[in-house]
Formats: sequence, C-alpha cells, structure tokens
Amino acid sequence: MRFVLTYLTGLVFGLGIALSGMANPAKVLNFFDIAGTWDPSLIFVMGGAMLTTMAGYFFILKRPTPAFDTAFHLPQAKAVDAKLIGGSALFGIGWGIAGFCPGGALPALGTLTPNVFLFVAALLVGMWLARIAPRYVSGAPKTA
Amino acid sequence: METDFTPVLSLVGGVLIGVAAVLLMALRGRIFGATGLLAGAVFNGVHNDNAWRFALLLGMVSGPAAMWLITGSLPVVEVPISTPALILGGVIVGLGVTWGGGCTSGHGVCGMARFSLRSFVATGTFMVMTFLTVYVVRHVLGG
Repeated sequence: MRFVLTYLTGLVFGLGIALSGMANPAKVLNFFDIAGTWDPSLIFVMGGAMLTTMAGYFFILKRPTPAFDTAFHLPQAKAVDAKLIGGSALFGIGWGIAGFCPGGALPALGTLTPNVFLFVAALLVGMWLARIAPRYVSGAPKTA
Repeated sequence: METDFTPVLSLVGGVLIGVAAVLLMALRGRIFGATGLLAGAVFNGVHNDNAWRFALLLGMVSGPAAMWLITGSLPVVEVPISTPALILGGVIVGLGVTWGGGCTSGHGVCGMARFSLRSFVATGTFMVMTFLTVYVVRHVLGG
C-alpha cells in the first residue's frame, strides 16, 4: 500500500511534467529566449508548482510526523558557499545548452524518445564525475 | 523553433507537480528533488531503504502514459540542438546539480516553498545562468 501510494505520487509528478511542457526542451529553451522565440508558459509551471507546495507544506510540516516515517527528512545544510553557487551556475549553463533539467527528463523517459535516454545517460556520467572529482582535487574523503 | 504559449496546461501541470511534492512530504517526509532521487536510486544501490525511490521514479516515468490515457496524446519532446550539445549539456547538468545540491524541483519548487535561503540563492543563480547561456548560444554564437 505504501509503495502504491508512493508510485501514485510519482505518477502525479510525471503527469504534471508531461502536461506542463517541461518534458519538451524546445519549449523550455524558448522560455529562456526572451530576445527570440519567447514562450512564457514556464512561469505558470514554476509559479503553480511553488505556490501549491508552499501552501501544502504550511499545513503538513505542522504535523508531528509524515504518514510512513518517524520524522521529516528536511535538508540541514545552511551554508551559502562557493560550491552551492558554482554548482548552480554550472547547472544553469547545462540547462541552457540541453533544455532538459533532471525533473523534466526523468518523466520524459516514458515517451521512449531516444534523445531522452541519451541525456539521462550523460546526466548520470556528470553526477558520477562530480562524486569522484574531489578525490583527485584534494585527496580528502568526501561524504555526499 | 516556435512553441505555443500554453498558460492553462502549464498551470495545471505546475499545480500537479506541487501536489506531488506535498504528497511526498505528507507520506514520507521527503523533499521532491529529481537530483537527490536519481542519485539516491543509482548510487546508493538496491536495498529496502531505497525502495521508495524506485517506486517514485517508476511513477514519474509513467507520467506520459497517464497523459496519453487522459488526453489521447503523448507529451511533445523536441530536441532543437545537436547530439554532441545534448550530451555536453547533460554532463554539465550532472556536475552542476550534484555540487549545487539540487535542481529545479528540489531547489526551485520545494526549497523555495519552505523558504530555504540556499534554495533562493541556487534558483536565482541557475535561472540567470540559463537565460545568459541561451542568449549566448542563440544570439551570439548563432547556434
């Protein structure tokens, strides 16, 4: 039952991505191309998603625990550092080149479009490189 | 390549993304971040504590089929760039979201919705860089 509900949660997300246009790099890149073929649709995706989440979290996070776990697992990191800003800047460059972000690409796999599999494979290579890179840069053990 | 302005569909899709984020917090107490989800599933391996990530990913991948059942059409996926650019972009996104600790869903939706300063900084940074990159690629390099 827990896994059925978790599956359905993923399905709602995937359906949202599919309907919204976030699975389509042409549409995503046009949102960022104000000087060219601008398509402002993504404002409605991000605005709708964030405001809905904000309202929902307001009530949910007042509860003592989530339904299937003993505690909420909220990120504890507070530091606004070079890694956060540099990483986010790189993500922006990659998103501007490819037009896929991870949350848009994963549901898009369900269309069985070969280019999506190619992107997700490249994404995983990048994620793996970022994990092994610190060993060669500083020699210090890394905990993710 | 022109695309149609779809405010209603995009708003409906965005609200559904938000509903999913709220559901995951209510059920399992987790942030709905595609980066953390994928990394957890792929790099932590297959074990019981990880099973919920696979269930969630399977649900996400079923999204286009659900759209087909409801509307009769699959989502459009047009890649208006070359294959080498797609691969390069994918590797850069992978590096960036790992070091930056999240992407559009984790920082942009869930993080900002819980007023995380890190997520506001991350989202502001990647949005500006994406605008700049698209401008340079399309209007300076003429790609």
